[in-house]
Formats: sequence, C-alpha cells, structure tokens
Amino acid sequence: MSVFLSVRNLSVRLRNTRERLLRSVDIDVPAGAVCGLVGESGAGKSMIGKAVLGVLPRAAEVVEGEIFLDGEDLLAMSPDRRRKAIGAKAALIPQDPMTALNPSRKIGPQITDRLVDILGWPKAGAFSRAQEVLSEVRIPEPERVMRLYPHELSGGMRQRVLIASAFAAEPKLIVADEPTTALDVTVQKQILQLIAELQARHGTALLFVTHDLGVVAKICDRLSVLYAGLVVEDTSVEDFFAAPDHAYSAALLAATPRHDAPESSLLPVPQDVIDAVRGQVAAVDAGWVPAQGRRHG
Amino acid sequence: MLDSRAAIRRQAGPRLWLSSLWLAAVAFCAVFAPLIAPHDPLMQDLLLGRLPPFWVAGSEPGYPLGTDSLGRDVLSRMIYGARVALVVALAAGLATCLIGSALGLLAGYYRGWADWLVSRLVDIWMAFPPVLFAILLIAVLGTGLSSVIIAIVIIDWTRFCRVVRAETLNQSAMDYVASARVAGFSRLGTLAGEILPNVLPTIVALLTLEMGIAVIVEAILSFVNLSVASDDPTWGGMIAEGRLSIHQAWWVLVFPLIALFLTVLSFAQLGEGLRERFDPVLR
Repeated sequence: MSVFLSVRNLSVRLRNTRERLLRSVDIDVPAGAVCGLVGESGAGKSMIGKAVLGVLPRAAEVVEGEIFLDGEDLLAMSPDRRRKAIGAKAALIPQDPMTALNPSRKIGPQITDRLVDILGWPKAGAFSRAQEVLSEVRIPEPERVMRLYPHELSGGMRQRVLIASAFAAEPKLIVADEPTTALDVTVQKQILQLIAELQARHGTALLFVTHDLGVVAKICDRLSVLYAGLVVEDTSVEDFFAAPDHAYSAALLAATPRHDAPESSLLPVPQDVIDAVRGQVAAVDAGWVPAQGRRHG
Repeated sequence: MLDSRAAIRRQAGPRLWLSSLWLAAVAFCAVFAPLIAPHDPLMQDLLLGRLPPFWVAGSEPGYPLGTDSLGRDVLSRMIYGARVALVVALAAGLATCLIGSALGLLAGYYRGWADWLVSRLVDIWMAFPPVLFAILLIAVLGTGLSSVIIAIVIIDWTRFCRVVRAETLNQSAMDYVASARVAGFSRLGTLAGEILPNVLPTIVALLTLEMGIAVIVEAILSFVNLSVASDDPTWGGMIAEGRLSIHQAWWVLVFPLIALFLTVLSFAQLGEGLRERFDPVLR
C-alpha cells in the first residue's frame, strides 16, 4: 500500500514563546487507511491535522520538517499552490458542528461552492453531487435540506452535512478532528459508523484525531499516541490493544472506562509514568537543534 | 424554539414599520420639498411674525405650525430642513460605514501589522474629545454641508472600526472559516464570502445608528452656527433661533425638536428591527 500522507520530522512551535508544540513528529497514512491520533488534550493531536491542512493558528509556525501529500512536499510549495493542492486532495471534518457551518448561508451552496469555485465543476453537476452525498449520509429529502440554514438542523444532522461536504469532492485524505466529541453518545455511534462506511466505500485515507480509545478500536487501522507533541508510540491497532509498548500508552489504555470491568478501569495515569514520559520529552528537546532555514506553515 | 422565534417576529413588526414610515415621510419631504412646502422657507413677513400653530387662538390659515419671529413659515422651514438632515445622514453614514468597516474587517481578519496599525490609530483617535474635534475641523475646513459630512466621517469611523474588528475576530475563529481555507478559498475570498455575510447584520445596525448620530451632529453644528449658511433652514438652526423666543413662540423650537427626536429614534429602531429580521440565528 502506497503512503498517501507522510509527515516527516515535523516541529511546530509558538511564535512568541518559541515553545515546541510538536516535537519532530513522524506519521504515515497509507492510501485508504485509517490512522488515529490519540493523546490528552493539549498533546498536539489537532495541531498535526491543522499543520497538514495548512490552517495552523496564527500563533504557531512550522520550524522544520516535511509534509508529503501524494508525494509532493506541501511546505516547499508557494502558499497559493499549497492551498490548491490541499483543496484538491484533502478535506476536513471539523469538531464542532455548531460553528463549522456558516450560519448565514444555506446548506446547499456551502457544499456546492467549493466544487464550482475551486474545482471548476459545472453547477448542475455540483448540485446533483451534493444531493448524492447528502443521501449517502442518510439525510432525508436532501433537496429540501439544501435550502435550509444551519440553525434549522440538529447537531447530529449538521455533523452529517459536514461529513457529506468533506466527501463531496472525493478527496484522497480526510482529517477528522474529533468529529464525534461534541455530540451525545447515541448520535456519536451513528456518526462514527457513517464515517467508517463512507471511508470504506470511497477508499479515502483518514487521519482521525480523538481522545477516545474506544473510537480508535472501532475505526482505526493504526494509531499514534502523543504526549506533549511527541509521538511516544506508533503501532497497529491490534498490537496496541493486545499489548501497548510504551508505559504511557498502557496507562492511557488503563484509564479508559470499561463497562465490563468498572473496578479495574478509569485509573489515573500514575505519577511515575508521567515523570518518565516528561523525562523523555526533555531528552528529545535537549538533543534538538533546529535545521537551517525556517519553513513556513 | 418555534414559539420564541414567532414572538421575536411579532415584536419586530411595528418597530420596523413605524420607523420606516417616519423615515419615508422625511425622505419624501426632502425630495419634494419645493412641491409640498406651502411657503418659501426664506420669505419673511414681519406682519405675520410669531403666529401660533393652528389649534391655538390667533393662528392664521395657511400657517399650520405657525411662523417664527421673522414671519417665516415653520412647516416649510422644517420640510426644507429635512433635506439637510437626510443628505448628512446618508452621505456621512455611508462614508463612515465604508471606511470604518473596511478597516475593521482587514484588521480583524489579517491581524499582524495591519491590526496593530489600525488599532493604535483608533486608540489615538478616540483620545480626542469628539465635539471639540468637530468644531476644530469645521474651523479648518470652513462651514458648509460638505465640511459637516467630512467632519463626521473623520470623527466617527472609529465607531465602526472597533465593533466590526471585534466581530470579525470572533467570526474568524469559527470552524467554518478554517473549512473554507482547507477547501482552497483565498484569504480575500474567505473574508468576502464567509465572514462578511456574518458581520453584515452588525454593520447594518451600526449604519442606521450612525445615520441618527449624523443627524444629531449636524443639528449641534447648526445650533452653534457652524453648519450650512445661516439662512438655509436646518432643524438645528431652527432650534437655535427658537431658543431666543421660547417664551413668546415655543412652537419655533418644539416642532423641529420633535422632528429631530423622531428621526434619530427611527434610525435606531430601524437598525434594531432590521437586525432582528435578518439575523440568521434569530430568524
């Protein structure tokens, strides 16, 4: 299987304090595979997705590394070409369905605009494509929904619209940034199934950012565990759940609530494990010399 | 949810209709002043001085709102005064809106040095006392309608700039902006196509408010005789003249004051009504 997205030695830091948010991260997403990024909040998992899609917050910058999308180094391109390359090959399923749709525009144009304006589809083609993806995410009466404003839909419906929108242009890679976190549990399960179903049908590579190991177990092929912007473990899902390599990963797994063993789950990460992984981060930082020539994110 | 929406809509009804009705009447007077004014607003007739309005004993038919101390028809002067008020409201309001909103959008979306520059400029600007600043500007520019408009624009653009910048900052942080960027829209395209439609309700509300403020500022400048040529009828000028004879002829002061009050109130209510009507979240 060829690698579609390859992140190499990527370091991102804050512009003002120069603190590193990502510490020489390596991640590979093979074409058509689902890779999970897990970690506590603030571990930098969303930051990787944002760096890949070129939407890092203003306060952060890439200091070194490469991001290869379909074999092309995004960070070596001009901003204009990078934007086009990302727009043509990748898409985002954002976290919060309440703010991810433009409140003052109707659903239909929000899906078709990108197809028409950026990718040059004919209007009629974009319209029928939007209808098609909306029915694929099981939205009843897609034609009617396309004439509605986002506030007329429930959270779950909006997330379906966002998924449809992400798949509309047949991207080869989708970054899903905690797509189920803002939803309630019953809707979460449906949305997750939907993403898995569409991913399998379209053969899209998926970079799935989440803090929920249960979600990872359901949907991912591989996963990377992050702590403080450092990838502490990168393994297949089977190996991870059978026997995690890193003590921190094991602690994270033990911290996951399990309904079949309520007494032995939900354990906090032990202090010695945190100290050990912090020591590892400090050691990585001590040995780090930024490469010559700054790269832009 | 449905019920509260319906309630808001009912509320927006009379507010929107009454304010636009009054403003339409003012606009009609302004446009067709020569046709509907019963008298020449400048014609003096000392024999007909200080005639009271029609319901007071001693009034003259043909002078429904009475005359001032020089015998000029109050109603006709008010009708002509609407012209100045409306021209100032439209010209100053729109120019202020365009300049302030453009700078606010750019500062709020592009951040960085553009934001720094605009924000510092606003800080410095707001340290000037506005009325003194206006009088100073008129002193430099000379009196006249265009000077009044320029003075209002120079003073008030910060009002738009600050609010629009804050709202743009807010909207820029939303996920839909990131989605548009990922999809490949340019910065300018995202600003115009995604952010602007969401800042527009705020801009419209500010614009109507600013039109009301422009009417007041023009009246203040007329009151201190720094607006248009002193012969030309303006509401502020009439109030200034009426003040001198308030005990003998209260109507010279009261009627233009009512017109001024209703116009400013209507602009504010129009803005609020439009926002309620067109804000996508309230709609």
